[in-house]
Amino acid sequence: MLEIKNLHVELEDEDKQILKGVNLTVESGKVHAIMGPNGSGKSTLSYVLSGKDGYEVTDGSAELEGTDILDMEPEERAAAGLFLAFQYPVEIPGVGNMTFLRTAVNAQRKARGEEELSAAEFLKVVREKAKSLKIDADMLKRPVNVGFSGGEKKRNEILQMAMLEPKMCILDETDSGLDVDAMKLVADGVNALRDAGRSFLVITHYQRLLDHIKPDVVHIMADGKIVKTGGPELALEVENNGYTDILAEVA
Amino acid sequence: MAALDDVQVKEGVDQETVEAVQSVGGKYKYGFETDIEMEYAPKGLNEDIVRLISEKNNEPEWMLEWRLTAYRRWLQMEEPEWAMVDYPKIDFQDQYYYARPKSMIEKPKSLDEVDPKLLETYKKLGIPLKEQALLAGVEAPEGDRRVAVDAVFDSVSVGTTFKDELAKAGVIFCSISEAIQDHPELVRKYLGTVVPQSDNYYATLNSAVFSDGSFVYIPEGTKCPMELSTYFRINAENTGQFERTLIVAEKGSYVSYLEGCTAPQRDIAQLHAAVVELVALDDAEIKYSTVQNWFPGDEEGKGGIYNFVTKRADCRGDRSKVMWTQVETGSAVTWKYPSCILRGDDSQGEFYSIAIANNMQQADTGTKMIHLGKNTKSRIVSKGISAGKAQNTYRGLVSMHPKAQNARNYTQCDSLLIGDKCGAHTVPYIEVKNNSARVEHEATTSKVDDDQLFYCRQRGMDEEEAVALVVNGFCKDVLQALPMEFAMEAQALVAISLEGSVG
Ligand SMILES: Nc1ncnc2c1ncn2[C@@H]1O[C@H](COP(=O)(O)OP(=O)(O)OP(=O)(O)O)[C@@H](O)[C@H]1O
Ligand SMILES: [Mg+2]
Repeated sequence: MLEIKNLHVELEDEDKQILKGVNLTVESGKVHAIMGPNGSGKSTLSYVLSGKDGYEVTDGSAELEGTDILDMEPEERAAAGLFLAFQYPVEIPGVGNMTFLRTAVNAQRKARGEEELSAAEFLKVVREKAKSLKIDADMLKRPVNVGFSGGEKKRNEILQMAMLEPKMCILDETDSGLDVDAMKLVADGVNALRDAGRSFLVITHYQRLLDHIKPDVVHIMADGKIVKTGGPELALEVENNGYTDILAEVA
Repeated sequence: MAALDDVQVKEGVDQETVEAVQSVGGKYKYGFETDIEMEYAPKGLNEDIVRLISEKNNEPEWMLEWRLTAYRRWLQMEEPEWAMVDYPKIDFQDQYYYARPKSMIEKPKSLDEVDPKLLETYKKLGIPLKEQALLAGVEAPEGDRRVAVDAVFDSVSVGTTFKDELAKAGVIFCSISEAIQDHPELVRKYLGTVVPQSDNYYATLNSAVFSDGSFVYIPEGTKCPMELSTYFRINAENTGQFERTLIVAEKGSYVSYLEGCTAPQRDIAQLHAAVVELVALDDAEIKYSTVQNWFPGDEEGKGGIYNFVTKRADCRGDRSKVMWTQVETGSAVTWKYPSCILRGDDSQGEFYSIAIANNMQQADTGTKMIHLGKNTKSRIVSKGISAGKAQNTYRGLVSMHPKAQNARNYTQCDSLLIGDKCGAHTVPYIEVKNNSARVEHEATTSKVDDDQLFYCRQRGMDEEEAVALVVNGFCKDVLQALPMEFAMEAQALVAISLEGSVG
């Protein structure tokens, strides 16, 4: 599904290298987790994959289902099935959450040459999905993320994901800021989307989320590289012992 | 990109507007020219031209005298220079002041007799002039959603729809030239009482040479049975358009009036100097909405319309209410301050404005709220958007006179910048001459945020769609104040006028 090879990334404005040769392959239908110390480059990886400005790829490649995505516009990557649940979801004043969702869904459908959803069809689907995430009608009407609590923002990201039905979902610390019940809702939302044709890359600091969303593979990222890869037990090891041992081991 | 929450109501009902908007699609789509035989008055301006215009309209003597007084005043006035706009000196002798399609010399008795070429022009613009077509397209149970149109083509009104039906309700809706002949007592009573003949340079010029425009009279206690609208089209080259609109709402009446405008795409700038006067008597309410989409000139600032307009409402009666809503996307230069004189006690004035300036456009616009009566209230919401190398100025006056006890004003003035070569300026003037009055002013300036755009694009929208979405969000308070027919059109216009502003 997603194949990243030797990815090197620098900041465009500063002479600073952030990703220093990331290698990572996520197979179809699998859930991979990435853990790693603050500032190790996890969010940067997710931004570079989704096409945010300000980063320069100096070496390496990234392919989604065999297609090089690094030269594509962000919206083309989205239409190709890449989704990023943001660590810090953005507020858009004055734009109703529903309007935003519908515009996004129809933009992707149009880009893929599909029919746009009618207002009635869209409403039906959105209400159903919002309900399972305990997002009420009021939140759907309010402007995108404006005045949403931290946890509401994260649930809203998952709603967007559920509506857009992407193939490759990257979740950047979607668990942070969630209370125990909300975490369960989000995890249920993600699990409901698990499918042979859909993969997940879950960035997190805590084992808690991985209790609910069982990963197939866990990676540790440090200083711009994947330094260790293992099974679910690796996350437990981090939870219990922190990164010191792992980092010492690979140094 | 309609607000989904409203879609259920809008869909189907508004198909005509939707299609009109869709047809707009790309850049300035109204830039075409109608090839039609025209009759012009000789170029230039002098007393004879004023007399000629009056004669062409079969005006009574008093009207001619009124025009001549204005003309003589105008000769002594200086063109104002205080606005933050910059344009080449206008040669007032190098203009035509009167142009009408030859087919209009003998006034057609009904729309069926109007030259098909003219009808075709309005059809292309998405303005339905055939009543039956309108009825067929917009089938609404209450019949409330129909819009009566007065279409002004260069210097003359081509026709007015739904006249008979409006007449049954006692509403007079016709061109001002007809009103001068058919309802002289009303015109004489109100014309120039809100914007005096010698009010300002452009208004005085208008008073001398105005050729046509709309007249609306809503009798006491009447709620106008449908929306009224005037559609202004400048077609002829080198011709100024000077229209004059007068709306009188008698005690306890209500009317919602829409105004739309377009012009062909030409590389020589054209002058448009209109005057709009509104009179609201006790308990009357007037809503006046404008979607102004004159040709804005090209990317280098060549051509376009110079739009110098005086719009003023007199809330003459107690508890009267006037609401101005404007979406200004066009014109090369805009100079326009729709104002309210809050004369009656407890009267209210509202001003909602979206002004978009892209490329080389310059807009200096705002409002004046003059509080004279007790407990008068005004509210100003202005959203200025600048892109390209455009300059956008909000200029507003709030004046609280000594007798305006407990008067209130709230002003919110937001500017949004797209790119870093454009400018936004806010120039509020506040005069308070009594202690019980309260004035609140809030102003913000922001930039379209890259993170917002990236967020939208990550969800699949292309860059222009993302900008349009963010900007429409920024304008939401004002878009909501528009009648439904215009809200969708306005949203689409916002997107179109910002095309090419990013990337
Ligand atoms: N635009 C930028 N300008 C300057 N430094 C940046 C920029 N983007 C990223 N960095 C730096 O790159 C490094 C990696 O940042 P990144 O956000 O990818 O880390 P992370 O692994 O997601 O951290 P956390 O776990 O705290 O979210 C950090 O040192 C950060 O300060
Ligand atoms: Mg991060």
